[in-house]
Amino acid sequence: MSIEHLTNTCGEWLRGSGPDSDIVMSSRIRLARNFADFPFIQRCTDIDRANIESTVRERIQGNEHLKKLNYINVASLETLDRQFLVERQLISREHADGDGARAVAIDEQESLSLMVNEEDHLRIQLMRSGFDVDAAWQLINTVDDEVEEHITYAFNSQLGYLTACPTNVGTGMRVSVLMHLPALVDTRQIEKVFRALQKINLAVRGLYGEGSQAMGDFYQISNQITLGKSEEELIKQVCDAVPAVISYERKAREFLINESHHDLFDQVSRAYGTLQTAQKISSEETMHLLSKVRMGINLGLIGDVEIPTINKLLIHTQPAHLQKMVGSKLDTAHRNRERANYLHTHLKTIKNGENGLEKN
Amino acid sequence: MKCQRCEKPATFHITDLTGDEGVLALHLCPECAREYLEQPDQQAPTPTPTLSGLLSQQLKLGQTAEELAALDQRECPICGVTFFEFRQSGRLGCPHDYVYFANELEPLIASIHGKVEHVGKHPKRGVQDTELQTELIRMRREMKDAVNNEDYELASQLRDKIRKIEQDGHQ
Repeated sequence: MSIEHLTNTCGEWLRGSGPDSDIVMSSRIRLARNFADFPFIQRCTDIDRANIESTVRERIQGNEHLKKLNYINVASLETLDRQFLVERQLISREHADGDGARAVAIDEQESLSLMVNEEDHLRIQLMRSGFDVDAAWQLINTVDDEVEEHITYAFNSQLGYLTACPTNVGTGMRVSVLMHLPALVDTRQIEKVFRALQKINLAVRGLYGEGSQAMGDFYQISNQITLGKSEEELIKQVCDAVPAVISYERKAREFLINESHHDLFDQVSRAYGTLQTAQKISSEETMHLLSKVRMGINLGLIGDVEIPTINKLLIHTQPAHLQKMVGSKLDTAHRNRERANYLHTHLKTIKNGENGLEKN
Repeated sequence: MKCQRCEKPATFHITDLTGDEGVLALHLCPECAREYLEQPDQQAPTPTPTLSGLLSQQLKLGQTAEELAALDQRECPICGVTFFEFRQSGRLGCPHDYVYFANELEPLIASIHGKVEHVGKHPKRGVQDTELQTELIRMRREMKDAVNNEDYELASQLRDKIRKIEQDGHQ
């Protein structure tokens, strides 16, 4: 499979279905695993890394289920293609920017990705659309068992799965739920929610993980600790907090609808209008406006465009995606024009003054 | 119901997370509600403790400068990483470091996770520790050193040993 093939597709996790998918974009679990007989990445020689990479590749090909995965040699990719995979959430930024032999194996639905030689030798990740952590766990647990048949993981009966960083030791598991919280941001309650989550040992990050800014009101909520609780308990810890956040977001939306309907409707309409008519637009502004439109659709203020379209636009309007679709490298000014173009084509709904917006 | 802050009817009911006390219920009119919600947050968010912060905090307790310097020099016999390098990068060198630096790591792990015992999943292929496997890491390192020192006899002996263990491991 080539990267070009991916430019025409869309990950399963963006299909905008699944439980509570108006607020929960996706659920993700990742497991950190290491070979027992190699140093952790930082102490690996080039030969060690190459050995790990080729061993994973061979063993995957020898497994009935895993051999169906598409195996991509990340080290040999152009910077743009690596950036593309980051935007697609299939590899981490750290993996893209790293050096030495490294790879990723991806399934056809883009639900499963298996990074080789990231911070740990293996980072297995599974994404599902909506609030669906249990299904993600069932699936990733099976994949982990399959991989473990072929690779001896570094494991110690006291500390569990051993990882390069002690913050991941034990289960090596991070459960993240990606939430769209525009009304909590708008009503300035988001910080309070974060503080409450931190008190119960949950971490809040932006769309692209550690250190990334929250773009377009998207936030990932995940477990902070990985040791001393079973996988099921860690999942429960995250899953117990999510419905509360969902209900706060719904209440905040209700408040906006009831108490400042005109302001809200104005914001949503302007956002939608700008996306449809702008001649040049940055990816930050696009994110921000798509977030408003996404909320507008969920509140029934916009009726002629669907959530999966918006989810797809959130990813496909990012810099590397645009350049892959156009087929050449573009500078920022060009990208901003292309992005506006792309948005027009995909939000082409204005017909003789009928813009699909609710009559007020 | 009247607004708790003025005389107007309360149409908005806020359940607020107030951190310490838990949940606060407010009944406000639209104006007071907006004012309440828009007030800037006084309290800055608590930053998540960093690994290096935790580590330096924990090491300062009960250690003299000399003891710290000696600790920094300690080097894992398997992968060769020093404690200093771990402190700098926050990344360990190999699985054996968890055994070799166990005394230093335990309080750190306890302060990160609150626990020091794994209770989750175990590999299906037996629950034994993989400590033996780490010998391969040391042997590969020794082989590389032997090659660098042009001691090809030792290098080839080590290579044969490594191959044998690798093959046994796969069967």
